[in-house]
Amino acid sequence: MSANPVSLSVFLVLFALVACLGFVATRWRKADLHSLHEWGLGGRSFGTLITWFLLGGDLYTAYTFIAVPALMFGAGATGFFAVPYTILMYPVLFVCFPRLWSVARKHGYVTAADFVRGRFGNRPLALAVALTGIAATVPYVALQLAGMQVVIAALGIPTTLGGIPNLPLITAFLVLAAYTYASGLRGTALTAVVKDILIYVTVLTAIVLIPAKLGGYAKVFSSIDPKVLLLTPGTDDNLGQGFGYASLAVGSLLALFLYPHSLTGLLSSASSMAIRRNAILLPIYSLALALLALLGYTAVAAGIKGMPEYAAGFAEFGNNFAIPALFLHMFPSWFAGVAFAAIAIGALVPASIMAIASGNLFTRNIYKEFLVPNCTPAQEARAAKLASLSLKLGALFFVLLFQTSYAIQLQLLGGIWICQTLPAVLIALYTRFFNPWALLAGWAAGIGAGTMMVVQLGLKSSIYPLHVLGITIPCYAALSALVLNIAVGFILSLVLNATSNAPRRDETVAADYLG
Amino acid sequence: MYKDKPPSRKFHPVYLFLVLPFACLLWVPLYNRIEPSLLGIPFFYWYQMLWTVLGAVCIVPVYLYEERNRK
Repeated sequence: MSANPVSLSVFLVLFALVACLGFVATRWRKADLHSLHEWGLGGRSFGTLITWFLLGGDLYTAYTFIAVPALMFGAGATGFFAVPYTILMYPVLFVCFPRLWSVARKHGYVTAADFVRGRFGNRPLALAVALTGIAATVPYVALQLAGMQVVIAALGIPTTLGGIPNLPLITAFLVLAAYTYASGLRGTALTAVVKDILIYVTVLTAIVLIPAKLGGYAKVFSSIDPKVLLLTPGTDDNLGQGFGYASLAVGSLLALFLYPHSLTGLLSSASSMAIRRNAILLPIYSLALALLALLGYTAVAAGIKGMPEYAAGFAEFGNNFAIPALFLHMFPSWFAGVAFAAIAIGALVPASIMAIASGNLFTRNIYKEFLVPNCTPAQEARAAKLASLSLKLGALFFVLLFQTSYAIQLQLLGGIWICQTLPAVLIALYTRFFNPWALLAGWAAGIGAGTMMVVQLGLKSSIYPLHVLGITIPCYAALSALVLNIAVGFILSLVLNATSNAPRRDETVAADYLG
Repeated sequence: MYKDKPPSRKFHPVYLFLVLPFACLLWVPLYNRIEPSLLGIPFFYWYQMLWTVLGAVCIVPVYLYEERNRK
């Protein structure tokens, strides 16, 4: 595929503009960026609107925008689970996160593990939560870079420039690393605004233009294999695809808010009311995501897969090439440039928040907790910057050295792992019935069981069929592992609470949670 | 046990609005069908898309309730 000069220049101009914005942000709401609070949480100063852009850019990643339509393109109705998932997360956000925000503001917590440390006074449990967060985030960042690789290939930029393999990706990566290092969450918030505007322009154009070119939605749906247009209904001895669909939605929504980058976005808002308002305003993104998901079907209807000019792209990236190919085929070249810039910038924003969030975790819960307990605020901020930089480097090497399929598999596992921190983080917001050692045991059981289920499925799927009383229950492994996790935690807590009278070390009080 | 009990705000029926989306989206057989289709879009798809809006609308009364209670 050769590069189209028009789309390439549009892409490069937009990309450069956003990179500049990232650096300008160091001067935005000027503050001392040598403190973790300022660098890693934007001074907890963002109002409703900036929080909306930031969380939108954070939760709906570039990879989502490529992978969800790709799943619809390849597998049909199952891929639509992203829609109930992103609808149902908002009631949970509305109920739980103002509490977490309040207690974090009161005690200066920056990460979920900070809260666990304060709530239970148990260092191993806090360490487990921190390590889970970091382990789940690295493959997520890698996937963002992989998403960018798809766009770079679709633009026709040769992967090797001037004798250096992967130079375009490395350049994009350096831009990301540099502005995150310099301006922290401020830079990310400003670029998120541009990213979201570009994404909306792209989505609206795509859903109006493409179905019209194909003769309307009725035509589009009639070209889909009727076997995958709906979920397979259950039978007497199998709960059917519908159960797997619902469990995938619930498991994913629980996982999403436990990811460090979601929490970083939430904690940076200036008030708990800003979070509540965002629970009402953010679903606009879910509608955009649903419309994008349907583009997977329009790609089928347009017959993208049979076109020889895209065969190389499909061979390299699989179904993830479907949407870029559709844009190339349907849009005028200048607008394809806009659309690809939207996706590439859409990868920068979450990747940078993820890196910041893991930097925060490393600094607060490993560096300060175990290595340099008496560090100054400036040392703390520098450690976070360096940690986030090394995390990004790790993700880059991951993408360059291994096939993308490994990143996808690891991210699948990461979602299951992060879900296992739910009892220690979310349930602990409401009760301290659970004993920290019991929670640690539950966490280990959940991680072990979840990993085993997915490995047994050959790391290809996360819907594990459970056999209970002769009935097959296809369930998202994160959710079944979480049930085991909570059961272990509950039973052990009953035992430990009855037998031990070690004092609890909870530094929070009831009033801290209201706000 | 503990002197400091976790706060238990009294349950108000307005919170049931937050349960509604779960009931309507997690019971998949409710909407796993083609008809009635809308503008050529099968029910399965437009029903869930409609809920992206309804889900947000369900949060509004709870928000208003909490905002009033803060004062």
